[in-house]
Amino acid sequence: MNATRRQLLAGGGLLVAFSMAGHGLAQLAGGGEGGAAPPPLRPDLPGSLKNHPVLDSWVHVPPEGRITVYSGKAELGQGIRTALLQVAAEELDVPPAAIDLVTADTARTPDEGLTAGSHSMQDGGTAILNACANVRMLLTRAAARRWGVEPERLATNGKAQVVAPDGRSLDYGALAAELSLHVEAIPNAPRRDPRHYRTLGRDLPRVDIPAKLTGGAAYVQDLRLPGMLHARVVRGPSYGTRLATPQIERARRMPGVVAVIQNGQFLAVVAEREWLAIQAMRVAQDSDYIRDKPPLPVDDGPHRLEKLPAREISVLNTHDGAREVWKTVRGSFSRPWYSHGSIGPSCAVALAEGGGLTLWSHSQGVFDMHRAVAELVGLPPEKVRCIHTPSAGCYGQNGADDVTAEAGLIAMALPGRPIRLQWMREQEFGWEPCGCGMVTRVEAAIGPDKRIAHWNYEVWSNSHNNRPVGAGGYAVAQEIRPGFPAPEPKPIPMPEGDGDRNANPLYVFPNMNVRYHFVPKMPLRVSALRSLGAHLNIFTIESVLDELALAGGVDPLAFRLAHMQDARARAVMIEATTRFGWKTRPRGDGRRGCGMAFARYKNIGAYCAIAMEIEVERETGAIIVHRVQAAVDAGQPASPDGIRNQVEGGILQSLSWATREAVTYDATRRTSFDWGSYPILRFEEVPGSIAVHVMDRPGDPFLGAGETAQGPTSAALANAIADATGARLRDMPLTPAVVKAAIGV
Amino acid sequence: MNLAITVNGARHQVDARPETPLLYVLRDDLGLNGPKYGCGLGQCGACTVQLDGKAIFSCVTPVGAVGDRPVRTVEGLGTSDRMSPLQQAFLDEQAAQCGYCIAGMIMRAQALLDADPHPTEQKIRAHMQTNLCRCGTHMRILRAIRRVAGIASDGAAA
Amino acid sequence: MVTLRRVTQSRLRWVMALLLLGLAGALIALALSWRPAIAPITPPARSSFAPALVARGAMLAKLGDCAVCHTRDGGAPLAGGRALATPFGTLYSDNLTPDPETGIGTWSASAFRRAMKDGVSRTGAHLYPALPYEHFTHVRDADLDAIYAFLMTRRPVHAAAPANRLIFPLGFRPLLAGWKLLFLHRGETPIDPGRSAAWNRGAYIVEGLGHCGGCHTPRNLAGGEIRSQAYAGGIAEGWRAPALNAANPAARKWTQDALVTYLRTGISPDHSAAAGPMGPVVESLSQVPESEVRAIAAYIGAKMGGGTAPAQARLPDHAGAAARRFPEGAVLFAGACAGCHGPGAPMMGQDRPSLALATTVRDGSATSAAQAVLQGIEPPVAGRGPKMPGFADALTNEQIAAVLGYLRARYTDQPDWKKLPATVAKARKEGAQP
Ligand code: FES
Ligand code: FES
Repeated sequence: MNATRRQLLAGGGLLVAFSMAGHGLAQLAGGGEGGAAPPPLRPDLPGSLKNHPVLDSWVHVPPEGRITVYSGKAELGQGIRTALLQVAAEELDVPPAAIDLVTADTARTPDEGLTAGSHSMQDGGTAILNACANVRMLLTRAAARRWGVEPERLATNGKAQVVAPDGRSLDYGALAAELSLHVEAIPNAPRRDPRHYRTLGRDLPRVDIPAKLTGGAAYVQDLRLPGMLHARVVRGPSYGTRLATPQIERARRMPGVVAVIQNGQFLAVVAEREWLAIQAMRVAQDSDYIRDKPPLPVDDGPHRLEKLPAREISVLNTHDGAREVWKTVRGSFSRPWYSHGSIGPSCAVALAEGGGLTLWSHSQGVFDMHRAVAELVGLPPEKVRCIHTPSAGCYGQNGADDVTAEAGLIAMALPGRPIRLQWMREQEFGWEPCGCGMVTRVEAAIGPDKRIAHWNYEVWSNSHNNRPVGAGGYAVAQEIRPGFPAPEPKPIPMPEGDGDRNANPLYVFPNMNVRYHFVPKMPLRVSALRSLGAHLNIFTIESVLDELALAGGVDPLAFRLAHMQDARARAVMIEATTRFGWKTRPRGDGRRGCGMAFARYKNIGAYCAIAMEIEVERETGAIIVHRVQAAVDAGQPASPDGIRNQVEGGILQSLSWATREAVTYDATRRTSFDWGSYPILRFEEVPGSIAVHVMDRPGDPFLGAGETAQGPTSAALANAIADATGARLRDMPLTPAVVKAAIGV
Repeated sequence: MNLAITVNGARHQVDARPETPLLYVLRDDLGLNGPKYGCGLGQCGACTVQLDGKAIFSCVTPVGAVGDRPVRTVEGLGTSDRMSPLQQAFLDEQAAQCGYCIAGMIMRAQALLDADPHPTEQKIRAHMQTNLCRCGTHMRILRAIRRVAGIASDGAAA
Repeated sequence: MVTLRRVTQSRLRWVMALLLLGLAGALIALALSWRPAIAPITPPARSSFAPALVARGAMLAKLGDCAVCHTRDGGAPLAGGRALATPFGTLYSDNLTPDPETGIGTWSASAFRRAMKDGVSRTGAHLYPALPYEHFTHVRDADLDAIYAFLMTRRPVHAAAPANRLIFPLGFRPLLAGWKLLFLHRGETPIDPGRSAAWNRGAYIVEGLGHCGGCHTPRNLAGGEIRSQAYAGGIAEGWRAPALNAANPAARKWTQDALVTYLRTGISPDHSAAAGPMGPVVESLSQVPESEVRAIAAYIGAKMGGGTAPAQARLPDHAGAAARRFPEGAVLFAGACAGCHGPGAPMMGQDRPSLALATTVRDGSATSAAQAVLQGIEPPVAGRGPKMPGFADALTNEQIAAVLGYLRARYTDQPDWKKLPATVAKARKEGAQP
């Protein structure tokens, strides 16, 4: 693979190539949302080492003191910092505490593209694993040279030492002094034997958690630089609006207001104190507003997408000979637009100084950002440094990129003063890109053998990938003068896909026709939300499988296994259902019911099977989730508890999406602006219990697990509702009113 | 204007206008990180601190309303070297993902445990209902609170 | 929903009166009070009820708000056990599911009708008028039978209501016969041929199942609704239920459309958000056909004097004067309230009503305004809608009083509320959990 991601995005030919590849098992490393790293220099190397083959871009072993490991991946609350430390500690064979890990800083770390798409372990973890194995190999060889023995006879002892069979030992530091790490990695440096792992696969407590429990400085919000000023943007209620008569002069006259920044329609207030900035923002914002984009389509919800012009993409088209049709199932499924709903609205700090600009950002894509912001503010990219600094979970492209670009613009107007810009809650709801609304349609049949005979599948979606790679990707780029045009939205090619992610079933079905209607025009501003299109595609596939199983009178688990050849997929399904007690589960009785679902994320990531037991309160339509059992195969787990934590979180977030979430809007603006108008799952509504089993796969390649639960959870819920009540619900959110309307009294 | 408030047992003079929400005084004047801005609308609980032992939203509590009532933030419970029992329980359960909600969660749960050291599962859930977590750390948060409350297992939702 | 699951205290003022009435007329009451038991039946099969009848019953049960009182927090719907706190002790609502032992499984349709219309249980015991049979008595038998069909086809839940805990001698139910003599006025709601069908349907719902007067009509010392002051405003669960007649304090006339929007969504842009005990009412009405809500709106709208379009009166905002008169309130408002209600705040960008339109702020009594500040507002329909935090633990009574004084002065042209701290203290007490 020598094409860069952008080359991939630009070309339509490759799409066809993948669609020809057949049964959805096509394997391709990199590409897609998570691969915007520089072009590969050494395609033979694993993970991001391809792009950065030189070892000292990953590891620094000083003669004295602590080892430093560099990663281009960022801590988003998913625990990647701890997992990467475990990987590095294991392959260097040192205690994790001996390592400093530097992450995602355009001035210091390798450019690994985005931290997204569950690629961090696959790409970044794999790179560090192999880089550290290389370094340990070089250290061992250096010791061998000193002692004049065969390197094979030497070992490391977990304490940053090489040891000889006779008990002699040498510290890494001493060896490093005579070693240059400015060399390219080799692809197959000897790896530590999984049977003797000291750190990898253990539940190492996350290193970032203590500060988060005790008020330590943990977030970009906590950054306090000397002389820092507080900024707020002044805006209409949502994307596509602007204020008619912003009260700029009134705000400017307020004591403590340092500046009012005005550039085209972009407005911001800057004050010595945060509370003053907020008050000045309110004063300036006391105005009517105008919609300056076409009205939002209020009718049809996501089904509007089916009426918009689309680019047709064939995902799969297979012909295995006509099969006899016994029973047919048809249906259309949908999900509305979702908000990322970070608990902390987006925030950034920017400082323009000495002709350069430094940005502290919680963007998932600091490397794209330093180029795109440079373009926006008119600096060469090397003058813009972007340092990833954690914040509240983002789950995709929330306002993080926009707020940083805006902070950069403000800082450029006030050189020498650090600018802390935080969006208000309602600005986050109103201006962040939403997760795409989507629609699917399926027509599928089983034959008399109770096997699937054919499978016709269509999906409609906007692009899930509008992450800024140039200045035009920021909302503010169309507010300032001169502005930058918004780029044309483009789909992500398979096998990762965006709207068609996971539209190609991992199951073996004959006669599949899977089409993606890529809708470039976007009723609402959209971009990546955790799992992209996989959520609705898996929801659809797994719902239809249950319908077909029901039509054929086959148990849903047996029906799935009958169509699945991938041994690991079968194993997680069997593990989850065995632990759940699937065979002896309570059968649907009008109220109680059980459902299961499975997917392998993107068909190249982690495997996840979910089984759940629910109860439907018939009088109200309320759904009570009693228990959830999951099984996940993410390859060699770095930290099983880290995976459990992510999957538990994914299950709850997916339940929240499926049961209550929807961005509401009228013709002029989004009307979801606070937690009252965008409710999410709360404590009284979370399940009675959730158990996540992590499969042990010693030494196997890492498979990202961060998004693997999103699709299967929503699908298992719909299947459980159908089992409980006989009602098949296809349009999310499955609110009590929807449930009640479907089941009657 | 100079106002005196008692935070984590210490008396502070702060130069803030009395309408300033306590959140900004705690963060910007006293340099505390525990209370977080999440919504500023009293709807998410990220800013939760204890005022006179009760859990309150510091984002909608004017500092001028505090008076002599003591304020406690997560910094007042324990440090990373010496955690309070509840903080330790959150650590033991690894009850955080991004962690942005967690300081507020701890302060709200602490207020419950101060008033009722052994609440039922239902009471814990009802009490925590006001605080949002988007990462879906709820099960672990509940486990951590149960640990301190002395309730053993996962309670059924029904 | 926590705040909504509380019982009316004032409705139970009849308890007080019972002491007088009951003792005075004890003998007569005793003689009159006796009612026979109605023979238990074997719970009928679900299939014995026509699905259409059950569906209509479900809708009527929504209009009657049955589940609101007959469901405890976290309990199964209609299985009762909700505590209704009174100054004289605590009542618990009955289990309406067809469980033969703890619910109404052995009740015949006629036993159910008698309970609804006469306030007498199947066993012959008098029921406390917390069950609003003064209104249900107007409901037609066919509708009662539909509700019966709905209830009898629910899942039986075995849940005995805890024993009532009332102070002596109020546990002595025959005393209730005397109360009924005075306040139970039987008979159907009369048809007014001069009015529209919608109005007449509205009258039937409002006076009967909807039992709107239960909260919106003032009660006398004995706890009976004062019929001569029907819909002049009452008290519910420590909140004030505003007048629904010409004395309604709304700044802009309630149009029928505005009423329909309000009753089905809990908010009207020209008025304010449903709060307190009105929340569950809206929740119920969001689930019945719009025509029924239109009928309610026609009837109530006519009572309030109606109107076709909201008068675009300029809304008062005396920020400066109010701040001079209530400086502490102004400061507290700026820090606690302005983030939502102030100019330039997010709610304003969403056309949410100004406080100058809030009935609670314009009402003659500060009670509901105090409750809204103390308890906050939860979105009534599907957890989605206006949401306001409660300030009970953040602000003292005096501070809330200062805010209320300021609100009143800033957003209305009405006279100041008197004795605000006492009103807030009382509201806090009455709003506390049973
Ligand atoms: S920040 Fe205070 S409740 Fe959300
Ligand atoms: S841990 Fe991220 S919001 Fe709760």
